[in-house]
Amino acid sequence: MTILVIAEHDNASLRAATLNTVAAARKIGGEIHVLVAGADCAAAARQAAALQGVSLVKVADAAHYEAQTAENLAALVIANAAGYGHILAPATTFGKNLAPRIAALLDVAQISEITAVESVDTFVRPIYAGNALATVKSVDAVKVVTVRTTAFDAVAGGGAAAIEQIAAAADTAQTRFLGRELTRSARPELGAAKVIVSGGRGLGNGENYHRLLEPLADRFGAALGATRAAVDSGFVPNDYQIGQTGKIVAPQLYIAVGISGAIQHLAGMKDSKVIVAINKDADAPIFQVADYGLVGDLFEIVPQWTAMMA
Amino acid sequence: MKILVPVKRVIDYNIKARVKADGSGVDLANVKMSINPFDEIAIEEAVRLKEAGIATEVLAVSCGIAACQETLRSAMAIGADRGILVETDAELQPLAVAKLLKALCDREQPQLVLCGKQAIDDDANQTGQMLAALAGWPQATFASKVVIADGEATVTREIDGGLETLRIGLPAVISADLRLNEPRYATLPNIMKAKKKPLDTVKPADLGVDVTPRLSTLKVSEPPKRGAGVKVADAAELMNKLRNEAKVI
Repeated sequence: MTILVIAEHDNASLRAATLNTVAAARKIGGEIHVLVAGADCAAAARQAAALQGVSLVKVADAAHYEAQTAENLAALVIANAAGYGHILAPATTFGKNLAPRIAALLDVAQISEITAVESVDTFVRPIYAGNALATVKSVDAVKVVTVRTTAFDAVAGGGAAAIEQIAAAADTAQTRFLGRELTRSARPELGAAKVIVSGGRGLGNGENYHRLLEPLADRFGAALGATRAAVDSGFVPNDYQIGQTGKIVAPQLYIAVGISGAIQHLAGMKDSKVIVAINKDADAPIFQVADYGLVGDLFEIVPQWTAMMA
Repeated sequence: MKILVPVKRVIDYNIKARVKADGSGVDLANVKMSINPFDEIAIEEAVRLKEAGIATEVLAVSCGIAACQETLRSAMAIGADRGILVETDAELQPLAVAKLLKALCDREQPQLVLCGKQAIDDDANQTGQMLAALAGWPQATFASKVVIADGEATVTREIDGGLETLRIGLPAVISADLRLNEPRYATLPNIMKAKKKPLDTVKPADLGVDVTPRLSTLKVSEPPKRGAGVKVADAAELMNKLRNEAKVI
């Protein structure tokens, strides 16, 4: 059976999540095609063609794919779905928005956010904020799957797949795209960062968050993350949020500063390789998952540590 | 404008789910159940639209066992006008729920479905998008701001890189993210009033929907546990451990 991976990209380049999704496709086994739908997206298509394991890249290049709305992309995928046994997308906001629409139009179930592939029809996925792992088997002819990117190591480049232009589907014209406000940062993406410095309500306010955590993150070349409480309190924008319903991360080193460790936050970071927690409350749940816990005043400890790293 | 809000009965968000010893699922016996937090946000938003004179009626719908009536009463205590329970003891997966909701949309003709973006039990994040697909409606998922005017919705969405704004025609499906609003506490008088609001019950068969699951759960297991870590005295010891023991710096 052939697998179709829906690429996430910004027309100029592939998002890293696509590399993890192709990796999951390789675990399933079979021929892998990648769909790149966008506007002036030839550069992204070339990157997709270089991914290991990919045999064909299908490109639909049309103005109405620029914003990659679920309505238009789903219509395109449905028009090109024949012959595919699996349709995969990353479990990012892009894939989560799109994949269920495809599944419903195909009248099949979706398997959300898989973390392991047991066989061509059986997958493992976390439920209840990662407090349980369900092994589920699909009886549908087509498996529509979203992939938790942290669970699959990105595939390398160096391949040379063919690139085929396919016809665009009609513009559904159901959605008007008004704009995006993207957070600009020189730091690595949360999903790809080796080190993440993350802050919670214990920092008190946004000024403290930036004043204390940015210098430490600079020393590590780290990404910055936050808890829901910190985002709700306006310390940082929504795209910093790590947790059950925010971003799921698994860096080499996760530094939790002033974070108590609610179930919903732990769900987003507990697969990190090494976890450090700094919190004044020795009973905070974060210490139950931390490899190294430091009980004390973060306002003293973080600057001390930052100075030592210089 | 009528707004339909689906609400799900789930384990309370403060409670840590425990896997049953036989691996058949999660133990929900004697566990506190509540309205799914995202659905509560959706209800709050619908009620605010009614209070603002934009919506005329807020209809809450729940699919599942008889106890889901409590969930509907919670929604009505926030301000939903009436409830419909699609009652079944069968396991319901997102595609089946989307089909049930589609059948109810055909019957009730809402201009807007406002739902939670995901349920905190199965964490599927599918039903709203599936309903939009089945109805042929546009969708705006993960909404942090909704403005309805002139038969259109302008929705700010929380996406991985920041925020995105879409404008969609109605009818449509909008799914609520965490920061759309902060739901009010239901007051005692409103809880009492909710008990008297109309609550109808239908069966999946009445709606002509086959709810047979497409996915079978082979087993449910505990995730690997992290070993308890160590406490360090100060930043210097932390540095030393990270450098020489964990070898991450």
